[in-house]
Amino acid sequence: MQIRLDGIRHVYGDTEVLRDISLTVEEGRIACLVGPSGCGKSTLLRLMGGLERPSGGRVLQEGDAPDGCLNPLTYVFQDFALLPWRTARGNISLVLEDHGLGRAEAARIIDDVLARTRLSDFAGALPKQLSGGMKQRVAIARALAVNPAVMLLDEPLSALDAQTRELLMDDLIALWTRAPFTAVYVTHNLAEAVRLGHKVVVLSRRPGEIREIVEIDKPLSARGYADAELDAVQKHLWELMREEAKAADEELVDV
Amino acid sequence: MSERRAEHVPFRGRGFRPGHHRWVGALVFALLIALAEWGTRAGWIGQLTLPRPSDVLAALGELWQSGLFVKHMIPSLSRLVIGAAIGVSLGVSVGVLIGLFTFVRAGLVPLVAALFPIPKIALLPLFVIWFGIDEASKYALIAFGTFTPTVVATYGAVDNVDRTLIRMGQSFGLSWGSIVRKIVLPGAMPGILSGLRISLAIGIILLVAAEMLGAEYGIGAYILQAGSLYDLERLFAGVIILSVLGVTVSAGIGAAERRLLRWRS
Repeated sequence: MQIRLDGIRHVYGDTEVLRDISLTVEEGRIACLVGPSGCGKSTLLRLMGGLERPSGGRVLQEGDAPDGCLNPLTYVFQDFALLPWRTARGNISLVLEDHGLGRAEAARIIDDVLARTRLSDFAGALPKQLSGGMKQRVAIARALAVNPAVMLLDEPLSALDAQTRELLMDDLIALWTRAPFTAVYVTHNLAEAVRLGHKVVVLSRRPGEIREIVEIDKPLSARGYADAELDAVQKHLWELMREEAKAADEELVDV
Repeated sequence: MSERRAEHVPFRGRGFRPGHHRWVGALVFALLIALAEWGTRAGWIGQLTLPRPSDVLAALGELWQSGLFVKHMIPSLSRLVIGAAIGVSLGVSVGVLIGLFTFVRAGLVPLVAALFPIPKIALLPLFVIWFGIDEASKYALIAFGTFTPTVVATYGAVDNVDRTLIRMGQSFGLSWGSIVRKIVLPGAMPGILSGLRISLAIGIILLVAAEMLGAEYGIGAYILQAGSLYDLERLFAGVIILSVLGVTVSAGIGAAERRLLRWRS
């Protein structure tokens, strides 16, 4: 399944936040959305998953969801959004309970995603006992449990420290390499964008428009920390964004 | 001069840190009681100013031995339990509805705000007319008194449930019922429980009021009887029973909080 945006426009009251966004996220590829703060990239992600309705234009899902897909468009949130009163296992179970899977089938899925995110030993832990990186891995496991057609990741690593971020990026790349998934990855961190994106979509400051789409051909598994080739791309992205980010930073917030 | 003067950096982080001192509370009680006992014995506290603590204890013992304690306690407890159960369960339901539906909120919040400050004791004659002089009017008074604070605490707690968790539930396609049962209610539980502390304390206050009319037995009736005779020993004995009841209820809620809210950091 792929996601196509067709002339998306969005306003909050009198403020135009997104203008004329047309974009296709191809199946089995990761598209990163980058842009200065307040450019509407998170809004765009909410529009893609149907959590908000665009003021204009269309969000289309093209093709069929894979077999056994319980929730085609699945989010991973910046602040993890785990229920603090449920264990890691309980949090994953939450998203399966409404589907009438049966106890054994649900347990099989949970064990599988816990193993894939290397959390099997922490199944019984409450969120307050887990570090930030572990919490986000639980959230990723929860997203994988519904076998999504498209993963929508909203700054998933922004609440984590730099070392944890590197580790989790490796995890995401490993997960993708084993079973390629379609994903839209919103971030303000250009290093994450060039590590994980097959294409990087650069948005301008508000109202957000597409400034440039940078394709990165190097396979994900071949990309590493402090890769010279990626650094060049990152530098190019930063040059695109620099003035926008500066101007966005100096704007008054009128929300 | 190569030798430099060295001093310890003074510690400035003292205080402003709540801790646990179990015995201090008990000690304050013991001191006050000892002071009263000494004063009444020595004579610088008059007989009519304050009863002697040992006499109050004797009154309590007498109450227990005559079997009247159980006779007073059982109707009072059943009034409190039934009345508070009705009031709290209705209050939680209405509070959740107010928290979930803007239409209900617009309709009921002003009504609750209008009902809250009414001294419920003033309505006792009305309840007697509506529900009769028997138990029903007492249940109604306690239920009404516990209802309004429970509503206010509950909808406040529902408002404070982390919206990102609800968004998460929606994004995974959870049904409305699942979101309410598995996200909203557990998320509102801390607020509901702390509201319960206030509601049940009000319930105990109203218990005495409810027993002003048409009650032969009950702790409230016992206190009012003693009061009208200026029998201070028995009055204080009754008050102590109510205090102990309050402390017990509060400890019960504390235990429920520790059990239900273990997930809180």
